[in-house]
Amino acid sequence: MPVLEVTQIKKSFGSLPVLKGIDFSLEQGQVLAIIGSSGSGKTTLLRCLNFLETPDSGEITVNGQRLLWGNEAQIRKNRIHFGLVFQSFNLFHQYTVLENVTLAPTLLKRGTKEEIRANAEQLLAQVGLSNKQDAYPYQLSGGQQQRVAIARALALQPEVLCFDEPTSALDPELTGEVLRVIRSLKSGRNTMIVVTHEMEFAKCVADVVIYMADGKIEEIGTPEEVFDSPRSEKTRTFLRGAHTKF
Amino acid sequence: MELFGTVSLELLRGFGQTLEIFFLTLAFAIPLGLPICFGSMSKFLPLRILTRSIVWVIRGTPLMLQLIVVFFGPGLLFSLPAMGRKEAVILAFSINYACYFSEIYRGGIESISKGQYEAGQVLGLTQTQIFFRIILLQVVKRVLPPMGNEIITLVKDTSLARVIAVYEVMWMGESFIKSDGLIWPMFYTAVFYLLFSGVLTVLFDRIEQKLDYFRG
Ligand SMILES: Nc1ncnc2c1ncn2[C@@H]1O[C@H](COP(=O)(O)OP(=O)(O)OP(=O)(O)O)[C@@H](O)[C@H]1O
Ligand SMILES: [Mg+2]
Repeated sequence: MPVLEVTQIKKSFGSLPVLKGIDFSLEQGQVLAIIGSSGSGKTTLLRCLNFLETPDSGEITVNGQRLLWGNEAQIRKNRIHFGLVFQSFNLFHQYTVLENVTLAPTLLKRGTKEEIRANAEQLLAQVGLSNKQDAYPYQLSGGQQQRVAIARALALQPEVLCFDEPTSALDPELTGEVLRVIRSLKSGRNTMIVVTHEMEFAKCVADVVIYMADGKIEEIGTPEEVFDSPRSEKTRTFLRGAHTKF
Repeated sequence: MELFGTVSLELLRGFGQTLEIFFLTLAFAIPLGLPICFGSMSKFLPLRILTRSIVWVIRGTPLMLQLIVVFFGPGLLFSLPAMGRKEAVILAFSINYACYFSEIYRGGIESISKGQYEAGQVLGLTQTQIFFRIILLQVVKRVLPPMGNEIITLVKDTSLARVIAVYEVMWMGESFIKSDGLIWPMFYTAVFYLLFSGVLTVLFDRIEQKLDYFRG
């Protein structure tokens, strides 16, 4: 049974259709990379999965259980299945690194204080930030902030962890450290969706690649299929453009 | 020297009134600003229009006039018994300052990036948890400087209370002109205002420093 099944997600903003029927499914431990040009609806799709946007129609099923858009409490329960790492990190400014990671598990009563702390320390070690536990977000580089954001999302053990261009706001020399952390999560059997412009990363980490264009899935397949022998002309044009930026 | 002592004592008595107005106004206006702020940000249009209109009227007319309306209005318009002078002052000041504070709060809340809310939402936190655990302290940090300004203004605005014969420090100073032909007590009142606003300035600096440990 797939961890995540998405069927016919549609979403318009006013009269602008942004998602025109998105379907895909993911097995436990799979990594999905979503590529596509600006405005194709990638962020909107992730926001729908995290219940920050309400689709006009479509279904999201996690572990065979269909999630419904109900009242606020219902939506909060749905969100627990997903994690989202933002392009702009969005760490909580007034909390230390450790507190950023422990805040949600504490408020959601996910264990004793000691358990939550121990788990957070272990996650911070995993993303290579044990020595920054007591720092405040402004004292960290972008790459470090993003790694904290990843630890923060992992602390709630989401079934599907989503990344929205996690390295786009970073200086080129800092993207590596974040991408390495994401890659390391793959061996931990985390199911992930990564929206990215890093084609090399998508190629070597993803199990499935989706190329989105104009609110639709234009191409879906293994990295080899999508990158090396794309079926659609649009995909070919996009991939050529991705190599020649000037 | 004896005269100086008498004047000081009288002015101090008046300043007691000033302080009372000051602290009572803050005690009511600081919390009252919150519902006004939420009203003016409400998604429910009629409520938003109503709240913003009230804020517009209060900020758009002199506090002195509001004081007179609160004190004399109920009697003239509805033949109600007049309320106490001090009560009228506290009521008018509280409403007036609550409106100013509400706008400061609104500016503070609106300046917090959407990402802070959304990060809380995707972690499954409730709206209440997001507001109290994440947003509030950041708002407090941002509104402290403008609140400090407004509160210093309140120190001086208390002198308007003498319009309806509440004996605050300026009234006392003025009374020496009438009774003894002495002008200097009037100038002397400035010392009280300056000392008090000095204390407040230091206090606000302290609080701002306390919140210096984070940025954002
Ligand atoms: N809240 C909104 N209101 C109105 N239009 C929106 C909103 N959010 C997104 N859009 C529009 O929806 C379209 C898709 O936006 P989206 O952010 O999902 O694209 P994207 O694929 O993530 O692009 P990028 O690569 O630039 O991040 C765009 O045309 C955008 O202007
Ligand atoms: Mg985007």
